Amino acid sequence: MTSQVSSPAEQADEAVVGEQRKPAGAKETRRLNRVIIRFAGDSGDGMQLTGDRFTSETASFGNDLSTLPNFPAEIRAPAGTLPGVSSFQLHFADHDILTPGDAPNVLVAMNPAALKANIGDVPRGAEIIVNTDEFTKRAMAKVGYAASPLEDGSLDGYAVHPVPLTTMTVEALKEFELSRKEAERSKNMFALGLLSWMYHRPTEGTEKFLKSKFAKKPEIAAANIAAFRAGWNFGETTEDFAVSYEVAPAAKTFPTGTYRNISGNLALSYGLIAASKQADLPLYLGSYPITPASDILHELSKHKNFGVRTFQAEDEIAGIGAALGAAFGGSLAVTTTSGPGVALKSETIGLAVSLELPLLVIDIQRGGPSTGLPTKTEQADLLQAMYGRNGEAPVPVVAPCTPADCFDAALEAARIALTYRTPVLLLSDGYLANGSEPWRIPEVDGLPDLRVQFAQGPNHTLDDGTEVFWPYKRDPGTLARPWAIPGTPGLEHRIGGIEKQDGTGNISYDPANHDFMVRTRQAKIDGIDVPDIEVDDPSGEANTLVLGWGSTYGPITAAVRRLRAAGENIAQAHLRHLNPFPRNLGAVLGRYEKVVIPEMNLGQLATLVRAKYLVDAHSYNQVNGMPFKAEQLATALKEAIDG
Amino acid sequence: MAETTTGSADTIEALTLVPKAEARQSMKDFKSDQEVRWCPGCGDYAVLAAVQGFMPELGLAKENIVFVSGIGCSSRFPYYMNTYGMHSIHGRAPAIATGLASSRRDLSVWVVTGDGDALSIGGNHLIHALRRNVNLKILLFNNRIYGLTKGQYSPTSEVGKITKSTPMGSLDAPFNPVSLAIGAEASFVARTVDSDRKHLTDVLRQAAAHPGTALVEIYQNCNIFNDGAFEVLKDKQQAEEAVIRLEHGQQIRFGADRAKGVVRDQLTGDLKVVTVTPENEAQILVHDAHSASPTTAFALSRLADPDTLHHTPIGVLRSVERPVYDTQMADQLDTAIEQNGKGDLASLLAGGDTWTVVG
Repeated sequence: MTSQVSSPAEQADEAVVGEQRKPAGAKETRRLNRVIIRFAGDSGDGMQLTGDRFTSETASFGNDLSTLPNFPAEIRAPAGTLPGVSSFQLHFADHDILTPGDAPNVLVAMNPAALKANIGDVPRGAEIIVNTDEFTKRAMAKVGYAASPLEDGSLDGYAVHPVPLTTMTVEALKEFELSRKEAERSKNMFALGLLSWMYHRPTEGTEKFLKSKFAKKPEIAAANIAAFRAGWNFGETTEDFAVSYEVAPAAKTFPTGTYRNISGNLALSYGLIAASKQADLPLYLGSYPITPASDILHELSKHKNFGVRTFQAEDEIAGIGAALGAAFGGSLAVTTTSGPGVALKSETIGLAVSLELPLLVIDIQRGGPSTGLPTKTEQADLLQAMYGRNGEAPVPVVAPCTPADCFDAALEAARIALTYRTPVLLLSDGYLANGSEPWRIPEVDGLPDLRVQFAQGPNHTLDDGTEVFWPYKRDPGTLARPWAIPGTPGLEHRIGGIEKQDGTGNISYDPANHDFMVRTRQAKIDGIDVPDIEVDDPSGEANTLVLGWGSTYGPITAAVRRLRAAGENIAQAHLRHLNPFPRNLGAVLGRYEKVVIPEMNLGQLATLVRAKYLVDAHSYNQVNGMPFKAEQLATALKEAIDG
Repeated sequence: MAETTTGSADTIEALTLVPKAEARQSMKDFKSDQEVRWCPGCGDYAVLAAVQGFMPELGLAKENIVFVSGIGCSSRFPYYMNTYGMHSIHGRAPAIATGLASSRRDLSVWVVTGDGDALSIGGNHLIHALRRNVNLKILLFNNRIYGLTKGQYSPTSEVGKITKSTPMGSLDAPFNPVSLAIGAEASFVARTVDSDRKHLTDVLRQAAAHPGTALVEIYQNCNIFNDGAFEVLKDKQQAEEAVIRLEHGQQIRFGADRAKGVVRDQLTGDLKVVTVTPENEAQILVHDAHSASPTTAFALSRLADPDTLHHTPIGVLRSVERPVYDTQMADQLDTAIEQNGKGDLASLLAGGDTWTVVG
């Protein structure tokens, strides 16, 4: 340590905390363009926090970055077991990057289980930092290591750094009045300190963060800061780490502006608050906790000073029911969930289709069917979003393509819902929800105007000259019906799920009227104004188009870059609007000999595209709970080009 | 707690935020232009008339009144009220009404539901609405049968009931909706009968005045599929012995010449019916609807025999004040603004660790 720890109180002193630490320069420094680090440990080891902090340091340094948290559904799986391994992968670079990276350059393995669960993804030549303290005979036997992988030659070809992380952490904290167990808990901060040294990360943010996180327990704050510094100093002094690395800020990549790092769920929450502000309507969230959507409920519940009402309902159905009730009352209403929740909400979504009220249904997709893989990603709810209701019940579908894009997607979903008086499904997924990237903070003045006009008076004249209000008399342009909220005198009306007579909205079982209403509801959705899809085809000579939607944007774009760098011609287009499709999609598809659609499902978009455009689209699929890897996609796309 | 029997919206705590009608209203103002389509002779007609007749008494702007229903015969109710209304989906009306009431405190929100809608498919929403104490008035039309699906047994049907789906008799033990509501922490629970307009109106009046969720079970005759289900409570002679009319602050007595009364069994603590004598007269329970403990109200609800309906208490069993969900929700918003100031979008978006890229 550069300054001897004299007392915990001094450690936490404001003057000390937050000071930027710099390597003394005695060691070799190498410059890298990009690095992929994976932190892996037990689910109780604090790997997500470690990853988050490294990400924040990296973001504030100005690198471009992309993250992939990966954790088990169990809160605390049995310690030291393979199912209990939690990891966090971070890709950062001096140029713009699109994915959390295929294979780590560095693996931090906090125990044998973490090593065993992750080594398959790590190429030879990579650096592996292992916590040797945890490589006991018993711990290794638990995951099936007969001999120590640190000694049996199985890690030959890797640059292994054996570090007794636990022992050193405890040693560094011996002056604190902590039990051994409490001291051991700070070992993730020791590891973070070491990696922060290794990659020249700014340190003051983490120290400030620890101080504020443990504001009520200054002793713990000081201990964590001490462990963090001990890890940094260990890197600086030990001979085992001879080299440190610099990854320059990605200054040229980013347009001018102020940036922050943001996860998909946070961006989505902010997008909803922004939509409420831009629409000048109070936000009402009806929700039931479900992974990986709950963070939106948590986040929105923190912002009551924006007039945001959050209602944690008794079940998924009540969540959307309350939202729909609030929509009837004139709120910007939202329900958030994941796939199993959408299944439960289906009937109410159908009611919203029939009532023609604005409602946002946010589906953070996860592995299915049924409970499936709660903490893993998938995009297999597309057909559920499109068709998962009884009767002809068309619903617009919008999908963000990156974590930061969740902000804009929320505003776009709100625009459609409010303009067309319809429920809208927003399909994010676990990868976008928990992953993060730098976000250029938008100017509030530049956000779209989403204000709506509630019905104020009669909108129809009867043959006898009487002025009346017809709740189902539509705007001829949008086919939207008037939104007449309770409290408006003279517009008292009744709506319901039974078929309604065109115009009056009264119950009608008339066959011709039903046929007309079904077609009109469909026409309203088909007529939604969505921007044309843009095609990226720089050479103009591509024969193959790769078409994607949602969170595959990053991996697909990275794969396309690889191919182009290798001299291949390939065109790329990405769908934000899945229903209705952009008007020009058919023409775009028709321009290419081959169309490839990579999806984290068994070909749901491909099914829609083939059915609607009679295009022989080739489907490339992966349903393993993880995002595509760029290299693997590049290979598949190359085969498609050549095939 | 208002002792309430009279009063307009000005004096009713539950309705202070709801705008008042500018002009005097009549029953006609609350009739919509829709033709009522219940079966001739259905008990729903009587309830509709009672509600339409009672509404002018509240004196609320009718555009600030909303009726929300689920699915079933009774759930057609909103179509016939010239207020705002939503005929929603099966069992979900309490959830939908919760969203409406908790986002719009200037509305008087009523839920109309039936025994199948509220206690079977929607049982979960009902109990949670009751425990939350949202400002909702829930009218539960109990006819002990499924009417709209043409005559299957319902969750309040008596054991052994022969219906289309139970040719050898139903096996399910029924719910007692009043017991259920009290068990679900309801702050206001009452029972009344479709044919007793005066009693029904009086109960509605007290429900309307209650701040929070009020559950009113209305025994309602389905003359097609379960005719006469409540005849014992309606037939003048039988009713005398079958019905226990509860009045807050009054001794619980009934029968010819009020010769029967309810006392607490000293050994078991349970309630029982006795013939009143000079010796036991002082022990006859005095009904206390406002008792903080729900124990006696629950015991009263258990006096009724589920098969014969003998000793069925009607009136307000429980009416206590406790925090109202939508009020507290609004208070939290106010507190958040007091503590953090009114939300500013630009500073929210720019919160956290930021860095600036200059060109």
